[in-house]
Amino acid sequence: MNIATGSVTEQEFSMTCPVPISQYPNVLLAHGSGGTLMHRLIEQLIIPSFGNPLLEERHDGVVFQLGDVKLAFTTDSYVVRPIFFPGGDIGHLAVNGTVNDLAMCGARPLFLSAGLILEEGLPMDTLRRVLASMQQAAQAANVQIVTGDTKVVDKGKGDGIFVNTAGIGIVEHSQTISPGSVRPGDAILLSGDIGRHGIAIMAVREGLAFESTIESDCAPLAEPALRLLAEGIRVRCMRDLTRGGLASALVEIAEAARLHVEIEEAAIPLREDVQGACEILGFDPLYVANEGRFVVFVDANDAERAQAILRQFPVSENASLIGRVSEGEAGLVTMKSKIGVSRIVDMLSGEQLPRIC
Amino acid sequence: MCLAIPGKIISVEGDDPLTRTGRINFGGIVKEANLAYVPDARPGDYVIVHVGFAISKLDESEAARVFEYLDEMGELGELEDDTAGGAEDNAHEVH
Amino acid sequence: MKYIDEYRDAAAAKEYAAILARVTTRPWTLMEICGGQTHAIMKYGVDELLPPGVTLLHGPGCPVCVTAVELIDKAIEIASRPDVIFCSFGDMMRVPGTKRDLLSVKASGGDVRMVYSPLDALKLAREFPDKQVVFFAVGFETTAPANAMAVFQADQQKIENFSVLVSHVLVPPAIEAILSSPTNRVQGFLAAGHVCTVMGYTEYEPLARKYHVPMVVTGFEPLDILQGILMCVQQLEEGRAEVENQYSRSVRREGNQPAQKLIREVFRVVPRKWRGIGQIDQSGLGLAERYARFDAEQRFGVADQTVEESSECISGLILQGEKKPFECPAFGTLCTPEHPLGATMVSSEGACAAYYRYRRVAAKEARI
Repeated sequence: MNIATGSVTEQEFSMTCPVPISQYPNVLLAHGSGGTLMHRLIEQLIIPSFGNPLLEERHDGVVFQLGDVKLAFTTDSYVVRPIFFPGGDIGHLAVNGTVNDLAMCGARPLFLSAGLILEEGLPMDTLRRVLASMQQAAQAANVQIVTGDTKVVDKGKGDGIFVNTAGIGIVEHSQTISPGSVRPGDAILLSGDIGRHGIAIMAVREGLAFESTIESDCAPLAEPALRLLAEGIRVRCMRDLTRGGLASALVEIAEAARLHVEIEEAAIPLREDVQGACEILGFDPLYVANEGRFVVFVDANDAERAQAILRQFPVSENASLIGRVSEGEAGLVTMKSKIGVSRIVDMLSGEQLPRIC
Repeated sequence: MCLAIPGKIISVEGDDPLTRTGRINFGGIVKEANLAYVPDARPGDYVIVHVGFAISKLDESEAARVFEYLDEMGELGELEDDTAGGAEDNAHEVH
Repeated sequence: MKYIDEYRDAAAAKEYAAILARVTTRPWTLMEICGGQTHAIMKYGVDELLPPGVTLLHGPGCPVCVTAVELIDKAIEIASRPDVIFCSFGDMMRVPGTKRDLLSVKASGGDVRMVYSPLDALKLAREFPDKQVVFFAVGFETTAPANAMAVFQADQQKIENFSVLVSHVLVPPAIEAILSSPTNRVQGFLAAGHVCTVMGYTEYEPLARKYHVPMVVTGFEPLDILQGILMCVQQLEEGRAEVENQYSRSVRREGNQPAQKLIREVFRVVPRKWRGIGQIDQSGLGLAERYARFDAEQRFGVADQTVEESSECISGLILQGEKKPFECPAFGTLCTPEHPLGATMVSSEGACAAYYRYRRVAAKEARI
C-alpha cells in the first residue's frame, strides 16, 4: 500500500488489508460522501463492472469526438436533504451541478435531460417549486432541458424527490483539460470562498439548527470557465468542488496527475460566518461541501491574468491563487498552516461529523 | 476533549436561572446557548460555549496575556543578548 | 473571528518558538492531556516548531477513545431496539465496538441520531413520548455540566421516557495513573483548559507537589499551546513544580462553581474502565441515587459482557504516552481510518487518527 497517497491497487489491497470492500455487506452513507469509501466503491466495483477506455479516464464528464465535433457528456444525481435550503433547492443543484461538470471539461453546456423519481404523497406544490427552480437555473446557465422521465415510488421508498440530470456540451477549443495535463510549476486558483453550501445545509438540519444568513453558493460556472479558455489561458485542469470539499478535489487531481500539490491555508478565502459555523461544529472548512466553486490549474505564467479574468464574474469575484504543483511525492497534497508549518491534506474516509472533542 | 468556542452574547432570554438562554454570535453565525452556568453574563460579553452551554465568561483583559507575555520575554531576551554578548552568551540554544 | 484568529498568528508563533529554543538547555518530555490539544498540535504543526530537546507525548484526553468497548457494545444493543431513539454526539458514531459501530446500526435501520447538545435529546424525548430516548453521555468533566443539566431537567419536568448511558471519565485520576507508573517518562503536563474551566485546578496542586511535576493549564489554539509549553519548560529549567494557568481568559483557579454544584447534585464518583488502560478507581462519574432511574444501563438491563480487544491494537500504550502511533506495526496498514482497530484511529481526537491525517509522510520516514 502506498502509505503516503493512501491509494491502493487491487493486488496490494488483498495482501495488506484483511478487510476488503466486501467488509461492508450494506452500503453506508459514507459510500456517497465524496471521500475515500466512495472513491473505493467507484474504483473497485463500479468502474471494473463497465470497464472501457473512456470511462477509465475518470473525469466527472467525458469528452469524445463525433465526426468534426467534440462533445462532452456527463450525469449526476441529486438526493439532497432538505429539499429546500437557504440559497436554493434540489432543482437548482440538479441543473447547476451538471452544467458545472460540463464546464469543467471545457465544454459549453447545451442540453440537459431530467429524470425525476417522486415519492407518493409528495405535495404537488413542492414539485412545482422544484421544476420552477430547474427552469430558472437552466435559463441562467443558457441550457435547455430537452428530455426527461418521471417515476413515482411507493410512500416510504423515496424520501420526497430524487433528480437525475445528464448533460451534453460542445467543446470549442483544442486544449486537453484533464489531470494528465497538469505539470510541475502550474499555479492553482480557487474561484471563491469555501464552505457555504455545506454550512447552509447544516443550518437547517434537525439537531444542528442555528440562525444564519449563510446561503448555498450553488451557481453555474460555465461563463468564467469558458472565458479563461476563450482568452487563451493555458488551462491544464478544472474541477468543481462538491461534497468532500476543496481537499477532496485537490487530492483527486494530485493522485490522477501523480504530482504534488502544495497550498497555503492563509490564501484560502473563507467567510467569517462560515468559519464560525465550522468552529462550533468542529468542521474543517477544507472538507465542507460547495456547489458554486472550482479550482483551475493553469500554466504559471498565466496565473495573474487568469485570476483577473475570473474576478470579472460575480461568481468568482474572490478568485485567489492558493498554491502550486511541484515534483514532490506523487498524489500528495500538503498545506502550509496559518502558523507556517506544512501538513498533509488527505481525503476523509466518510462524512465529516460534528464533534464535541 | 472539549471543543468550546468563544462567542458574543447578543441577547438573553428567560428568568429561570436554569433555563436562561442567550443568542450567541460566532463570527456572524448565531446559535442559542444555555447560560445557567454564567449567571452574571450580559449582552456584549463573550462566553465560551461547549455543546450548547456557556461554561465560562471570557476575561477580555486576560485574553491579551498571550501577547503581553511575548513582549516581556522578547524584551528579556534582548536584554540578555545585550549584557552577555558574543561567546559568553547567557542565552542558551539547544541544537 | 475574535479570540480565535489572533491565537493562530504566524509571527507570534515563531517568536514563541525562538524563545523556547533560547530557554531550553536540556531535553524535556511533556504530555498534553487533551485530545483537542493533540489535534491542534498535529493540524497546525506546533510540534515542528519546538526545539529538538522538547518531546511531546499524547495523553489519554480523548473521552471517546477511552470509552470502554463493553459500553459501546451496550450502546449498540440499546440503539438496535425498535422503540428507542438513540442520540449521540458525532464523535461516538464511528467508534468500533466488538463487532460494529453506531453508524452501522443506523445503516441497518436503527433510529440513531446525532445531536449537538444533550438538551436536543431531551427535546426529542418530549416530542416522542411513545419512544424511549437514550442519550450517550460521554465526556470528561467539560461535558458533565451539560449532561447533568439534561438529567436534572428531565427529573424536574418528569420526562420519564428519557435516559442516559453514562461514560464520563475524570482527568486527575488518569494523570495520577500515568505519574505513578514505573515506566513513566512524563516530566511536565499541559492540563486541559476546558476541563479546568469547569473544575478549576485545585485538584492538580497536590499532584504537582506529590510527584514534583509542573502542570500548566493550557488552551487549544497554537499560541496557547506554545505558551503553555514555554511556561512548563521554564518551570522545569528552574526546578519548580507548580500549577500555572496559561488559559486565564477562560480558567479561574476555583473553576465554575454553579457547574460543579450541578455535577455534584446529579453525579457521583465511580470506578471506571478506560479502554486500552484498564480500571482506574474513582475515575468516572455515574448517576447519583436520586437520578438512578434515568440510567439507561439499568433501565434496559443490558448484561455485562467481558470483551477481548484486538491484539494488534496498542491504543492503551499510545494513550499513556508510552508509544507513538507510527511505532505501532498496524499503523497505516491493518489499521487506518477506514478500518480502524481501535478508538485512537477513529476518533478525530485520537492520536493515531491525527498522525495518519496530518503526518503520514513523516511517520513513514521515521519508521525507515
